[in-house]
Amino acid sequence: MSPAMLLRRLLGAVPLLLAISLLLFTIVHLAPGGPTDVYADNPSVTPQALAQIRIAYGLDQPLPVQYLRWVGAMARGVWGYSIRTGRPVTTEIAERLPASLLLGGTALALSALVALPVGILSAALRRSAVDRALTLLSFAGISIPVFWLALMLQLLFSIRWGLLPAAGYETFGDAGAGDAGLLDRLRHLAMPAAVLSLATIATWSRFLRSSLVDALQQDYVRTAYAKGHSTAGVIIHHALRNALIPVVTIISLDLASLISGAIITETVFAWPGIGRLFVESMDARDYPVLMGLMMLGSVALVLANLGADLVYTVIDPRIRYE
Amino acid sequence: MSEVRHEARPVTGAPVFAAANPQSPWRLFLRRLLGSAPSRVSLAFLVVLTAAVILVPLCSPYAYDRQDLELIGQPAAPDAAHWFGTDTLGEDSLTRAFYGGRISLIVGLASALVSTLLGTAIGALAGFFGGRVDQWLMRGTDVVLSIPLLPLVLLLSGMFRPGLPLLVLAIGGLTWMATARVVRGQFLSLRELEFVAAARALGAGNGRLILRHILPNAVAPITVSATLAVGSSILLESALSFLGFGVQPPTPTWGNLLNAASPWIGTAPWLALPPGLLIFATVLAVNCLGDGLRDALESKD
Repeated sequence: MSPAMLLRRLLGAVPLLLAISLLLFTIVHLAPGGPTDVYADNPSVTPQALAQIRIAYGLDQPLPVQYLRWVGAMARGVWGYSIRTGRPVTTEIAERLPASLLLGGTALALSALVALPVGILSAALRRSAVDRALTLLSFAGISIPVFWLALMLQLLFSIRWGLLPAAGYETFGDAGAGDAGLLDRLRHLAMPAAVLSLATIATWSRFLRSSLVDALQQDYVRTAYAKGHSTAGVIIHHALRNALIPVVTIISLDLASLISGAIITETVFAWPGIGRLFVESMDARDYPVLMGLMMLGSVALVLANLGADLVYTVIDPRIRYE
Repeated sequence: MSEVRHEARPVTGAPVFAAANPQSPWRLFLRRLLGSAPSRVSLAFLVVLTAAVILVPLCSPYAYDRQDLELIGQPAAPDAAHWFGTDTLGEDSLTRAFYGGRISLIVGLASALVSTLLGTAIGALAGFFGGRVDQWLMRGTDVVLSIPLLPLVLLLSGMFRPGLPLLVLAIGGLTWMATARVVRGQFLSLRELEFVAAARALGAGNGRLILRHILPNAVAPITVSATLAVGSSILLESALSFLGFGVQPPTPTWGNLLNAASPWIGTAPWLALPPGLLIFATVLAVNCLGDGLRDALESKD
C-alpha cells in the first residue's frame, strides 16, 4: 500500500468514526433523564440545582450544537470529567490502560503460541482421531461461558489447591522487586490470560486448520512432495506461509471479542484494567467515562481493521486496494 | 449448492422442500444431518433440554420461588432432597436452573430470530439492489460492527433497564451483521443467474423476485447463521445477566443465577454447577448442530 493510499484509507475512517460518535451520542441522549440521569435518584439534588447542572454542562443547548461541541472536544482530547471521581476521564483511562494492555497482549501471545501448533497438527492429521478431538475441544472453547470458566478456575486453582492468587494485579505489601515482583505478576496474570485467550485460541486454530487444508490441496504442494520434501517440510516451508494470509483477516475481528472478553475477565478476576473500569462506571452511571471508553474501543477496532488491510497487502503483494 | 435446485423449481414458487420422493433435498438433508454423530447427540440433547424446561413443574417437587425456611440465610449443601443444594433464600438450586433455562432459551431463540430477520432483510436489499443502496447499508453495517458489542449492550441495558422484549430487541438488533453479509453475498451472485432474468421477463416485481425466487435459494446459509446466532445470543444474555445488567432477579436466568452464586464460589461451589453446565452444554450443542447443518446443506454430491 502506497503512502498516498494509506492516507486515503485513514481519511476514510473519519466518517466512520463520526457515524459511531453520532450513534453513541444519540443513545446517551435517548436515555430517560439523559446524561444527568445519575442525579435524578439523588434526593439532595433539587430541580433548581439540576437545571443549573444542565446549563453548566451545556445541556440546555439544541442537540446538534451539543453534538458538535462534544465531537470537537473529543477530537481535541478533552474528554471531560468523571462523575464518580471528579478526575479527568483521560487520566482515569490512562491509569487503567497498562493493565489491560498487559492482559490483552499476554492473551494474544498465548493464543498465537497455542493456536499455531494446534492448527497445523489438526490439518496435518485431518480426519484422524486427533483432529476430531481438537475440533471438539475448539467447539468447547467457543461455547464455554467465559465467566463460568473463570469461576471454576478460581475454585480449583485458588480455593481448593491454593496454587494461584484468586484475583487482583499484584500482592499488596510484599510485591517484591526484580524477579520476585515479576513472578508475582505472572502468577496473577496466569488465570485471566488463560481465560481471555481461550476463545481466540479456538477460532484461530480452526481457521488455520481450514486454510491449511485448502493450501495442502494446491498444485505447488504436490510439486513440493514430488521433489522429495518431507510432510513437515512441505507444511512449514510451503503451505503454512500461504495459509497464514487469510488468518490475518480474522485477527482484527477478534479484537472485538477480546474487548468483550476483557470486560468479563477483568471483572471476575478484579483485574484493574479498562474493562473493569467500564463495569464500575456502569454501576455509577458515569457517562463521561463510559463514552470515552466506547469511543476508545471503536477507534481501536477501526484502526485494527485498517491495520489488517495494510498487513494483508504487505504479506500478499497480489492484493491491491483500488 | 442451489444451482441444481432452482432449475427444477417452478417459477410459481412451490415450498422449497415440499417434494417427498426419495431423492428430495429434504430427505437428503435429513439423512446427512442425522448421519453425523455430533449432530444427532446435539439434537437429542436440545430436545430433552427443551422438554425438561417446559415440564420442570411436573418433574421437580419444588417451585422455583419456594423457600425452605429451615435452610434460609446461607446456601445449604447438596443432599438427597436438594441434589445441588439450596441458595441463600432456601430455594432449590437445580429447580431454579431449569426454570432459568426457560428464560435463557426464550431470549436466545427470540434474539436469534430478530437478528436473522434483520440480517436477512438488510443483506437481501443490499445484495439485490446493489449500487447506492448496497453502499449505504454496508456502511451502516460497518458502523455497528465497529462498536464493541458487549460494552454497547451493557450501556443500552444499563440506561434503559429493559424488560425481556426490549432486551431481545437489543441483542438481536446488534448481532445481525454476520447474517447480513452472508445473505448479501448470496443475493449478489444469485441475482445474476438466468432464472431470475426469466422470472423478471415473466413480469415478477422486485418484491416477488426477492421473496419467492432468490430468498428460497439462500435458505441454507441463513439456517446455519440463525443456528449459530442462538448460541451467541444465549452467551451474550448470560454474560449480561451475570454482570447484573440483563434479566433481573427474582426471575431466574442462567446468567443471574451465576451472578448470585459467584460470591459463594468458595463455600457453596455446587450453586455454580447447574446453570454453568447448562449454558455450556446448550451452546456447545447449538454450535455442533450449526456445524452439522452446514455440512448437511452443502450438497457436494
